[in-house]
Amino acid sequence: MANTILKKERLIPGQTSKLVIHAPHIAAKAKPGNFVILRVNEKGERIPLTIADTDKEHGTITIVYLVLGKSTALLEELNEGDAILDLCGPLGKATHIRTGGTIICVGGGTGIAAMHHIAKGHHEAGNHVVAIIGARSKDLLLFEKELKSFCPEVLISTDDGSYGHKGLVTELLKDRLEKDTTVTEVVAVGPVPMMAAVARTTEPFGVYTTVSLNSIMVDGVGMCGACRVTVGGETRFACVDGPEFDGHKVDFAELRQRLAAFSPMEKQSYEHHCRCKCNDKK
Amino acid sequence: MTKSRKETAPRVPMPNQPADERRRNFDEVALGYTREMAMQEAQRCLQCKKPKCVKGCPVEVPIPQFIAELAKGDVEKAYQVIKSTNSLPAVCGRVCPQEIQCEGACILGVKAEPVAIGRLERFVADEYMHMDACDLITAKPECPLIDEEKKVACIGSGPSSLTVAGYLASRGCKVTVFEALHEVGGVLVYGIPEFRLPKEKIVAKEVNALRELEVEFVTNFVGGKTFSIQDLFDQGYKAVFIGVGAGLPKFLRIPGENFNGVFSANEYLTRVNLGRAYDFPNYDTPIIRGRKVTVYGGGNVAMDAARTAQRLGAESVHIVYRRTADAMPARHEEIEHAVEEGIHLEVLANPVEFRGDERGCLTSVLLQRMELGEPDASGRRSPKPIPGNTYELETDLAVIAVGTNPNPVLLENEPDLKLNKWGYIQADETTGETSIPNVFAGGDIVTGAATVILAMGAGRRAAREIARRLGIPE
Ligand SMILES: Cc1cc2nc3c(=O)[nH]c(=O)nc-3n(C[C@H](O)[C@H](O)[C@H](O)COP(=O)(O)OP(=O)(O)OC[C@H]3O[C@@H](n4cnc5c(N)ncnc54)[C@H](O)[C@@H]3O)c2cc1C
Ligand SMILES: Cc1cc2nc3c(=O)[nH]c(=O)nc-3n(C[C@H](O)[C@H](O)[C@H](O)COP(=O)(O)OP(=O)(O)OC[C@H]3O[C@@H](n4cnc5c(N)ncnc54)[C@H](O)[C@@H]3O)c2cc1C
Ligand code: SF4
Ligand code: FES
Repeated sequence: MANTILKKERLIPGQTSKLVIHAPHIAAKAKPGNFVILRVNEKGERIPLTIADTDKEHGTITIVYLVLGKSTALLEELNEGDAILDLCGPLGKATHIRTGGTIICVGGGTGIAAMHHIAKGHHEAGNHVVAIIGARSKDLLLFEKELKSFCPEVLISTDDGSYGHKGLVTELLKDRLEKDTTVTEVVAVGPVPMMAAVARTTEPFGVYTTVSLNSIMVDGVGMCGACRVTVGGETRFACVDGPEFDGHKVDFAELRQRLAAFSPMEKQSYEHHCRCKCNDKK
Repeated sequence: MTKSRKETAPRVPMPNQPADERRRNFDEVALGYTREMAMQEAQRCLQCKKPKCVKGCPVEVPIPQFIAELAKGDVEKAYQVIKSTNSLPAVCGRVCPQEIQCEGACILGVKAEPVAIGRLERFVADEYMHMDACDLITAKPECPLIDEEKKVACIGSGPSSLTVAGYLASRGCKVTVFEALHEVGGVLVYGIPEFRLPKEKIVAKEVNALRELEVEFVTNFVGGKTFSIQDLFDQGYKAVFIGVGAGLPKFLRIPGENFNGVFSANEYLTRVNLGRAYDFPNYDTPIIRGRKVTVYGGGNVAMDAARTAQRLGAESVHIVYRRTADAMPARHEEIEHAVEEGIHLEVLANPVEFRGDERGCLTSVLLQRMELGEPDASGRRSPKPIPGNTYELETDLAVIAVGTNPNPVLLENEPDLKLNKWGYIQADETTGETSIPNVFAGGDIVTGAATVILAMGAGRRAAREIARRLGIPE
């Protein structure tokens, strides 16, 4: 059945999971960089999640999500065999892939999963792909194995030094850019502060930098303007003009502010959810 | 009754929910005529030999005929007459701009108030909402056999596509409607609020009637993304109708527009209507409720946004418009209802800047006072700023309702589709056919933001041509 979860893997228990979902129509069209909009149940909110991988042959897509609030908590409650009520995609512009060069793909947190699909696209187009991934500590690191399956180089950093370089991904990136002049593009996917830091790091080197923006979305098909971001002084819609943009032109401060637009309500929604669950159990 | 007495008989007023009650609930504002009221109003019609009302109706409802049946007390017959050309009368009776269409043309209107054609249409339609699906669509008692070979696809599920689906399904075609969102109905469900057009009672009923005619609805399917037009032909569809609406909201392009608290009307209304944000946190979609709300624009969309904000508990709601109230493009009745509900019309004012606090939340708007200058090319007196005359208005929720641009999602991915100079789809005026053979288009994606009835008219024209090509007799 469409939208059924065929496989669920708890990557970081209680925090991040990976779902392989039966969605042949989406799988057939999905390209790196695309995302889906989904709704878990009748009363659910529409939320966007990146397509982290596709298997066209088996008609599946993979998503990886971080449990943040109510909607992702609801998603986390679903198990193999359950179906997601609404799943719409593939949305957004596909990654622009140029050929002939070294591409550094930087991923942070859950963003590593999204970055993985983009890196794969660059790899399949014949580029030399270097992956730089980072997390707070070793057990929070995602997709290392998947990336190693095709990336000739995977550089790792952890905040606490429990694995790889102790420090930030931007340090590894800077180091690499200083030594390597063949780099044609840097791609960054992860938390907003991380993407902003990557863009700052690459700027002096003049290397084109792509970031994947996670603005708040409602319809995801260009109808509402919720996802608007300022890029190069102009208003763009992340869902139809992006989600990938030139990192040197993005107004990250504004994006961060806009991501907090509903925080009091998101908290209320989550608390309401927990309360209802407790009542159910009684 | 003599003719002269008839002419002076006043129009039967529409019962409404009292303004101070309705401004706090989402129940329908206009309550509808009773049978007695409808019969009485129907008596006012002159049954003109050469009626003008019909010409004013984009789908040419045989108005005098239906009114005559109603006046005789045969509501069912009246319904059949309307249904012969209009597949969504309960919707049209509620949202059509009758005052500039049928009622605007009504001969009685020259000397007195025109016949309340829209209210009569609504009454008749509501009486028959419970009727069997086949009767509803075709005014014929039996369902047609659906021919699986005569496959037609509609992209988008607004009134234009619903009309195509109804017309063709009632003539035996297998119609599939593809919708990007998770609910069917287009602007009728995500844009126009519940208090003007009930979603379950009216829109869902009309959609269900189509389902019973074996129209298939596929939600979460985006034309240009999940599938292309060519994919549809490959799957055996013989014709495709594009009714994807106008989409992409316009912004004001002034400083501060991206502060939290500034919404497009589409986002605001979609959160409330489609996401049921009025029932948050029972539903998960959040909305900023706003204490001091300002709405920009003067059309139906602005009225809907303002009245929605009022119902969500705003202390004050101002509609900011750069001309005067009588130049507002919204339906007169809607402006009147808004004012009754306590909404302020802040006219001859134009926003120049949004201001916010250090967290990026909207706190006020800077407005420029305007005055009316010489008439412009369109004959309307154009507003111009009064130099140095600006003022600040406190606001924590701003809703921008100044129109839309064509949505690029489908258009960008179908480069063979010829567009006109405004970026909308170019379609033949009589058949609706686009530059791609057997692909038709209609509604807002051809005309730019317009009306339900014009979208339906376009759907009807295209459906008629599709039927002809599929060899279906008239
Ligand atoms: C194109 C795109 C791709 C994304 N891909 C992924 C992904 O692969 N994995 C992943 O874990 N997350 C991804 N996100 C972010 C994800 O959509 C949010 O984490 C999710 O919506 C949070 O919902 P919630 O109800 O659980 O949390 P909430 O409590 O509602 O919100 C927590 C935070 O999530 C953000 N958020 C809330 N609602 C939305 C919304 N409707 N759209 C976008 N962000 C929102 C806000 O910053 C908010 O502060 C992506 C976002 C975008 C725009
Ligand atoms: C708030 C508001 C109030 C209004 N009030 C009135 C009124 O009082 N009277 C009146 O006559 N008119 C009114 N209108 C205008 C009227 O609603 C529109 O003119 C009419 O709905 C246009 O119909 P449509 O068939 O072109 O498509 P729409 O109703 O716009 O529907 C298009 C549908 O297509 C879907 N879609 C878009 N792109 C794709 C895609 N690529 N693939 C699949 N699906 C897609 C959309 O999600 C949408 O559901 C109002 C409009 C708004 C926004
Ligand atoms: S023009 Fe007016 S009075 Fe004449 S038939 Fe039509 S509705 Fe009746
Ligand atoms: S999410 Fe609505 S326009 Fe992008």
